Amino acid sequence: MKLTKTLLGALAASTALAGAAAAQTEMKLWYHGAGNDVESGLLNTVIEEFNSAQSDYSVVVESFPQQSYNESVVASALAGNLPCILDVDGPVMPNWAWAGYLQPLPISQEAIEGHLDSTIGRYDDEIYSVGLWDAAVALYARQSTLDELGLRTPTLEEPWSKDELMAALDAAKASGNYDYALDLGTAWTGEWYPYAFSPFMQSFGGDIVDRSTYASADGVINSDEAIEFGEWWQSLFEEGYAPGTSQDPADRDVGFIEGKYAFSWNGNWAAAATLDAGVDDVVFLPAPDFGTGPKIGAGSWQFGVSSACETPEGAAAFVEHALQDKYMAAFSDGIGLIPGTKEAAQMTVKYADGGPLAVFFDLSEKQALVRPVTPGYVVAAKVFEKALADIANGADVADTLDAAADEIEKDIESNQGYGH
Amino acid sequence: MASVTSDNRGLRLATRYAVLVLVGFVFLFPLVFMVVSSLKPDQQLLADTSSIRAFLPVGDISLDNYVKAFERAPIGRFMMNSVFVTVVTVGASILLCSLAAFSFVFLEWKGRNILLTVIVATLIIPFETIAVPLLLFVSKLPWIGLDGLEIGWLNTYRVQIIPWMVDALTIFLFVQFFKDLPRELIEAARVEGASWLLIYRKIVMPLSGPVIATAAILKSLTMYNNQYLWPLIVVQDEAHRPVMVGLGYFFQLQIAWGEVMAYLTLISVPVIAFYLVLQRAFISSIASTGVKG
Repeated sequence: MKLTKTLLGALAASTALAGAAAAQTEMKLWYHGAGNDVESGLLNTVIEEFNSAQSDYSVVVESFPQQSYNESVVASALAGNLPCILDVDGPVMPNWAWAGYLQPLPISQEAIEGHLDSTIGRYDDEIYSVGLWDAAVALYARQSTLDELGLRTPTLEEPWSKDELMAALDAAKASGNYDYALDLGTAWTGEWYPYAFSPFMQSFGGDIVDRSTYASADGVINSDEAIEFGEWWQSLFEEGYAPGTSQDPADRDVGFIEGKYAFSWNGNWAAAATLDAGVDDVVFLPAPDFGTGPKIGAGSWQFGVSSACETPEGAAAFVEHALQDKYMAAFSDGIGLIPGTKEAAQMTVKYADGGPLAVFFDLSEKQALVRPVTPGYVVAAKVFEKALADIANGADVADTLDAAADEIEKDIESNQGYGH
Repeated sequence: MASVTSDNRGLRLATRYAVLVLVGFVFLFPLVFMVVSSLKPDQQLLADTSSIRAFLPVGDISLDNYVKAFERAPIGRFMMNSVFVTVVTVGASILLCSLAAFSFVFLEWKGRNILLTVIVATLIIPFETIAVPLLLFVSKLPWIGLDGLEIGWLNTYRVQIIPWMVDALTIFLFVQFFKDLPRELIEAARVEGASWLLIYRKIVMPLSGPVIATAAILKSLTMYNNQYLWPLIVVQDEAHRPVMVGLGYFFQLQIAWGEVMAYLTLISVPVIAFYLVLQRAFISSIASTGVKG
């Protein structure tokens, strides 16, 4: 009798569970992290806890390799095969919103209260995406190098000026201790160029496009300030301060650690590896101020809702669930990125006050400038990358930037102004 | 005088072999680098790239990268997918393209020369130009399977196989080879009352070993090594992903080069094995069709 009751109980429970599962509306989520088992494991935890915490929706993830993720999404949009929730890189989001791949994310204001501004994807006065983290770039140096060369340690409040930066590079070059004074990471191609180097141009006073209208690049990317930046950029290679575009990728990865470079312009994602490699006195210096204030790039991967999603409120519920501090802290501890809130940062090992990477949170908070928020950015970014590579290789600065302006203008024109 | 001639011949031979050995090394070095690097930790791998050590299995050698590679990606699944798609496509391609070529060479019908010219002309069209229209087409195609009628071929094996079963190069290879077969054999069989299908099966194909090998190797290289863009846009689930798309799993923010080399070594094994099995027939066919690989 007891056995019968137990069996009946188990049957009733499993029927109820099956019923609840059947009642849940399935929402597919596409993610860029295939191959990163730590990231995938963390995301799976977020999804499992969301699925079991409520009975209306069930999220199912499909992961893609990051390097081909955008192409897969664009192809699926063409084929009418988009999932409900999309992972989207911050600077690409306006293009996907403009192209109709995304719809506004109906997220509550409370859910994004206190988040780093760069983790919130705004376009056309709407929020389209929100991220759990951001990334930041800093000038890596050894404290011992600064001391040996007699250099002031710059701070967020008082970063190096252009003259101070050049004096530091001169001192490093004159010391004869390094293959090059500065590693800019020119071995990395693609989005690294606009992400890492356009803030230099912006600090000079130029930009990739005119942010007041997003309708033009002429007079901005080839302005006097932008040309001044281009000439400075070219001098770094011509005068032997930095390795050119043919930099060995191996040197980019380990050159600073091995002492080949005095300074390295690199992201927070490489900081833990640098510390682990035994560079105990590494310091992460803020971007120099070239005239209009120090600036670094911002905007990383974020969650958005596709236009094909029939349950945007469910997708928003998932995003709100994912934005909990405990998940942001877990992702930060797992994959080294900067948590989206100060509270989450305090829960981490590296980004809490006094932690070895805490400075990156402050950099994101105080120096971050998102890349131009326009659908045309995806084209302009490639034009910018080519222009900088050409200038590094000796092309005439003014002519190259004029040609870049023309190309971006043509793209804006051929897309009817991208709706701006 | 005779010894001078003999010495000259010896010298020429030695020079020729020296050049061939050098060329052989040039072709072999990337493979040696790949295999050797797959056995080294990243730090050592990167440090060795600037010296001859890059080609030598020295230092901290282990199979750790292979273990980590298997943990990072479902390599077995990717290889099975690629091998399956390649084998089926190559088999279907040899059958269909040889039949088409047989018709062009041996059957008399109006417009065959023009049609062959048009087919061969399609060789100059890059796949990238038709990828999007083809994607739109296959995403709306119906299919009757075990689950009944379905619309759309995305995320299936068939979408990776069927569009590649017939191609101009394979047809052209068969046409060139068939043209050199002795006509008398075909005519004699016709006089004896053999059907065209019987001639194809019993006479033409058994004589076509070299071109079949060539077509199989070229097609399998295309399907296994070069299939990237198409599966990237038509396959969104991991279960149907081929090896080349799977390579992307290893390109994270910090690239694990040792694992990349381990993955590349593993996925190269079927290709190298296949080529070694068919290489004699391949070389013979290249010589007879005048096609340069």
